Amino acid sequence: MAQIKSLEDLQALKNSVQEEIDTRVKGNRDGLVQVKVAMATCGITAGAKTIYNYLLEQVDKRSMDVVVYQTDCMGLCKDEPTVEVSIPGKDSVIFGNVDTNKVDEILDKYIQKGETVSGVVSK
Amino acid sequence: METVNLIIDGKAVQAEKGQTILKAARKAGISIPTLCYYELNGQKLENKPGGCRVCVVEVEGRKNLAPACATEVMEGMVVHTHSLRVVNARRTVVELILSDHPSDCLSCSKSGNCELQTLAQKLGIREIPFQGEQSKYRPDNSPSIIRDVDKCIMCRRCETVCNELQTVGALSAVNRGFEAVVATAFEQDLVKSSCTMCGQCVMACPVGALSEVNQTRQVIQAINNPEKTVIVQTAPAVRVALGEEFGYPAGTIVTGQMAAALRRIGFDYVFDTDFAADLTIMEEGTELLGRIQKFMEGDKNVKLPILTSCCPGWVNFFETNYPDMLDVPSTAKSPQQMFGAIAKNYWAEKLKIKREDMVVVSIMPCVAKKYECQREEFKVDGNPDVDFSLTTRELAELIKQFNIDFNSLEEEDFDMPLGASTGASVIFGATGGVIEAAARTAYEVFTGKTLEKVDFTELRGLEGVREATIDFNGTPIHLGIAHGLGNARKLLDKVRKGEVQYHAIEVMACPGGCIGGAGQPYHHGDFSIVEKRFEAIYKEDLGKELRKSHENPYIKQLYDEYLGTPCGEKSHHLLHTHYFDKSKQVEVEA
Amino acid sequence: MAKYKMHILVCGGTGCTASQSVEIADRLKSNLLDKGLDKEVQVILTGCFGFCEKGPIVKIMPDNTFYTEVKPEDAQEIIEEHIIKGRKVARLLYTDPEKKEHVADAKHMGFYKKQLRIALRNCGFIDPENIGEYIACDGYAAVAKCLTEMTPQQVIDEIKLSGLRGRGGGGFPTGMKWEIASKNHADQKYVVCNADEGDPGAFMDRSILEGDPHSIIEAMTINGYAIGATKGLVYIRAEYPLAIHRLQVAIAQAREYGVLGENLFGTDFSFDIELRYGAGAFVCGEETALIHSMEGKRGEPTFKPPFPAQSGYLQKPTNVNNVETYANIPIIILKGANWFNKIGTEKSKGTKVFALAGQINNVGLIEVPMGITLREVIYEIGGGIKGGRQFKAVQTGGPSGGCLTEKHLDTPIDYDNLIAAGSMMGSGGMVVMDETSCMVAIAKFYLEFTCEESCGKCSPCRIGNKRMLEILDKITKGNGTMEDLENLKNLAGVIKDTALCGLGQTSPNPILSTLTNFWDEYVEHVQDKKCRAGACKSLMQYVIDQSVCVGCTACARNCPVNAIQGEKKTPHTINTELCIKCGTCIEKCKFNAISIQ
Repeated sequence: MAQIKSLEDLQALKNSVQEEIDTRVKGNRDGLVQVKVAMATCGITAGAKTIYNYLLEQVDKRSMDVVVYQTDCMGLCKDEPTVEVSIPGKDSVIFGNVDTNKVDEILDKYIQKGETVSGVVSK
Repeated sequence: METVNLIIDGKAVQAEKGQTILKAARKAGISIPTLCYYELNGQKLENKPGGCRVCVVEVEGRKNLAPACATEVMEGMVVHTHSLRVVNARRTVVELILSDHPSDCLSCSKSGNCELQTLAQKLGIREIPFQGEQSKYRPDNSPSIIRDVDKCIMCRRCETVCNELQTVGALSAVNRGFEAVVATAFEQDLVKSSCTMCGQCVMACPVGALSEVNQTRQVIQAINNPEKTVIVQTAPAVRVALGEEFGYPAGTIVTGQMAAALRRIGFDYVFDTDFAADLTIMEEGTELLGRIQKFMEGDKNVKLPILTSCCPGWVNFFETNYPDMLDVPSTAKSPQQMFGAIAKNYWAEKLKIKREDMVVVSIMPCVAKKYECQREEFKVDGNPDVDFSLTTRELAELIKQFNIDFNSLEEEDFDMPLGASTGASVIFGATGGVIEAAARTAYEVFTGKTLEKVDFTELRGLEGVREATIDFNGTPIHLGIAHGLGNARKLLDKVRKGEVQYHAIEVMACPGGCIGGAGQPYHHGDFSIVEKRFEAIYKEDLGKELRKSHENPYIKQLYDEYLGTPCGEKSHHLLHTHYFDKSKQVEVEA
Repeated sequence: MAKYKMHILVCGGTGCTASQSVEIADRLKSNLLDKGLDKEVQVILTGCFGFCEKGPIVKIMPDNTFYTEVKPEDAQEIIEEHIIKGRKVARLLYTDPEKKEHVADAKHMGFYKKQLRIALRNCGFIDPENIGEYIACDGYAAVAKCLTEMTPQQVIDEIKLSGLRGRGGGGFPTGMKWEIASKNHADQKYVVCNADEGDPGAFMDRSILEGDPHSIIEAMTINGYAIGATKGLVYIRAEYPLAIHRLQVAIAQAREYGVLGENLFGTDFSFDIELRYGAGAFVCGEETALIHSMEGKRGEPTFKPPFPAQSGYLQKPTNVNNVETYANIPIIILKGANWFNKIGTEKSKGTKVFALAGQINNVGLIEVPMGITLREVIYEIGGGIKGGRQFKAVQTGGPSGGCLTEKHLDTPIDYDNLIAAGSMMGSGGMVVMDETSCMVAIAKFYLEFTCEESCGKCSPCRIGNKRMLEILDKITKGNGTMEDLENLKNLAGVIKDTALCGLGQTSPNPILSTLTNFWDEYVEHVQDKKCRAGACKSLMQYVIDQSVCVGCTACARNCPVNAIQGEKKTPHTINTELCIKCGTCIEKCKFNAISIQ
């Protein structure tokens, strides 16, 4: 381990380790957009795990302040995989039959631009 | 000197910056009572733990009361030393101290000298409103000192004296809360600690928690035993302090009255330790010159400097702390023990009595002497050379017990031959005196010339560590002096490291030497009393016809008749001793 | 390094560790390994969450699920249900005591809602043994800022402006303390962290050291830079093995990363820290006593002045601050004094950590903004009095503090208000008492502690407190007199006025405050020989109701001291002189004829 010899060294180190606790930091903060993936057995069978991983990856890639976590069966088994998005101040919505393209759409359009995105199965 | 202005009890007072309220008030004639506070002025010793809280005063603008002994004066300070709040607090504090103090004042060793007793009286305390548990500890009796710990008031004076002045480290506070008390490590007996029996703790203790072993009863019994011949010897420092116990001002010389009183008490022979002091000079001086001679001849094994060995506290100190240097001190016994050896051999032979039928009593300014006379090497078949060693205070007590009106006694002389002495032996009682006495004789023996200027004033003084170089007809002799064991340690550490070169060093355990000994009348921290005794010692020396030990005619006679030559075979047997490594005697049983 | 999708935080504080939290973490890890999830889910042993009442705590992030009273056996279920299936384990969720509902998200727990965690910001959140996590949370950015962008005086000015006051008890302004130390010139100065936490029940310093040790290292370094000291010492009690371990790990890591040692951040400022162990004497929390103890001397206070800032450790200028005070420093530097001084009251800025204890539902460690009321703390955070009983008093400030009553419930908590009310902030102990607590017995309890822990140096504390304890003992045994009460009052006043150190001067506070607020209760004990709380055993009397007793002799036959007399089939009586109040007779009586009065 190279020693920290300047403010820049510290900043660089911080950037490299911040990701490790990002999951925790986001969970602890209020006012964040929350994206929940239904990941009970039914969801996983329907491919929710791929969606969950893709979501995490893309949120990271876009450096979005979004907290992603898995949740219980939402009861909408026929529409699996399902993703619930809660934006502070708005009612949360559930998207059904989500694939990776839909994930991009949700992130780019629904969350970032506030546009309406198709595929909402429940409010 | 930067000064500040303050008001104490409505009186405008100017005080030195950094001074305490207590000192500023005392200077202005306002006496604030104290209990734990203890100062040996001039000896760099101040005990002000701020623990007793008796000296509290009210300082305007301050939320609680301030201890006058530890609070510094400030510009514009307004102090009240006897407001109702202060008086109530002070009284309550003293009542609390009394509530945890045995009330056996009538039979207490410090009765009449107890500062707590005086304080209670001064504050007009007639009852103690608090009743409760009292501290109980195991009593600890050593050959010299009795610790009656139930009476300890945690003033910490003994601790400060033992650690800072003497660097002995035998006493310190232990335990917590109500159980807190000053004790030895692991609360063992004093004899198992590093205690040197110097007794400065006894001198400092304001109450009866520390006192000397009292042997007046045994002495009275011996005197009244027709089978026994009872001999008394008195140390040089006693004669300049005893008077204080009878109302004389400090520094009054009462040699003649003392001799008379001893005779009234009933001692068969009233002799003088001064005689043995002259004898010490003969032996120690010869030993010193022998070592110097060997050194000058190039002997690499010779141990220099020679260290004096007349002080038993000091002997205990180096046996415990400098076991690697046991061959450095003079092997000469102390004057007390030389006297005992001569009395029980030479004098007993003269009287044609068995040593068992002779009782030798010494009057000493010292409590360590009680321990010294009980050392095994100073006994023959269990019979000690000196049977009982009493302090100056015990002698005063004895005189009072025998209903002797000391103040109206006519002066008398000591008995001969063991009562004859020179001025050189008198100054043994003050710091620097032994080395000066040795110089007076050694000069003449070494140079073969008569010493014209007898007073080596460069060796005198009350500075803790002193040194001087004396010209022995072209040969410079370097001498060192220390009094107080802390000062001795400073000097000895330098010697051990080879940082200083001396031919001889005199060490006395007590500040000022024997005149400040722990067996002397209590000075309660007023060191000017010791200073007056100091002056008196040299006055007594000046008044003596003979002032060099080797001129003492009875000393000459003793060598001619009995001993042969100084440091000869007989002397070696009777007048010299050896030392023990006591560093491991300090037992620790955890 | 692959990013973990979920984090399982397991409390590794002393309390939860004692309830097998390390075992829980191990089981969680092995379960994850079995399911092949060890690369996706990370298990972290953190510092204390504060909610000790319901420990061990396991928290799942990012969804903020708060599991309480978890056992090692629950590990499997948590992994299989929550982690794999996304189903929360309902039976382990915290249940709201009022609504009786499970609370899924920790943010909605009453215990946390009113808290503001500044000193405890990282406790229960990061892995205290991983410097990286601390750095990720802006760790060491404050010291970097001080060293590279600020002068020592600017650092001191920032702390002064923040209004931060010492959290150890006295509440002395921290910036001012630093300034005094900075102005005393010497070849060597010292910075000392006082981690000799000693108030009964208080454990915030331990929690901070266990949960966020790097914040203390960073703060001490800032302190060293501000006053010109290159050496720091942490005086920590040896009874805190976990805190010592975490601190040692943190110091080693800090040295390794170069944030402790020579030429920090490329400047010519160097600083290092050593630990000094205390033996747990309460009085060694007093700064002069602490310094003497570190020097190897008897741990007892000395008179001030000289203050440690003038002549402290080894007679060198020394700045002593307590752990919680230090924990505030880095964040003040980073967020600015003007952020900090907006929190709290006019004269007490920021937050205070309290150890909430006693007859209250949510026992634990809380951090609240200064100015919050006792009512909010007790009823909202603390969840009210246990068993729905009546609130009687709250004791703050430990043995140096006092008992406050109903009338103080709406007083905003800060240093000055508590002192005005006859108590003090102290290190943050807060014990809530209900009607079953006897105030005389409470005063006696604290005094027993003080007597035990007094160093014995000054007479008022050594003997005075003992005498007060004896008087209180007399009163609780029913032997007190009105004169005793007068003596008690006088003694308490004199001890406050004359004791040597802060601990001695405040030791009568539990008595003075109860004498003021509960005088009637004292008088009842003395005059009526009654203890209304039923806590003083000696004042209770067992009485047989003559109209109910049928004389079955069950009580008399079972009384171990033969204190019950009476003929068969006639009502019995109890000889109260002989009765030892063991309760056997009540147990044996089938007719409920015996009562305690």
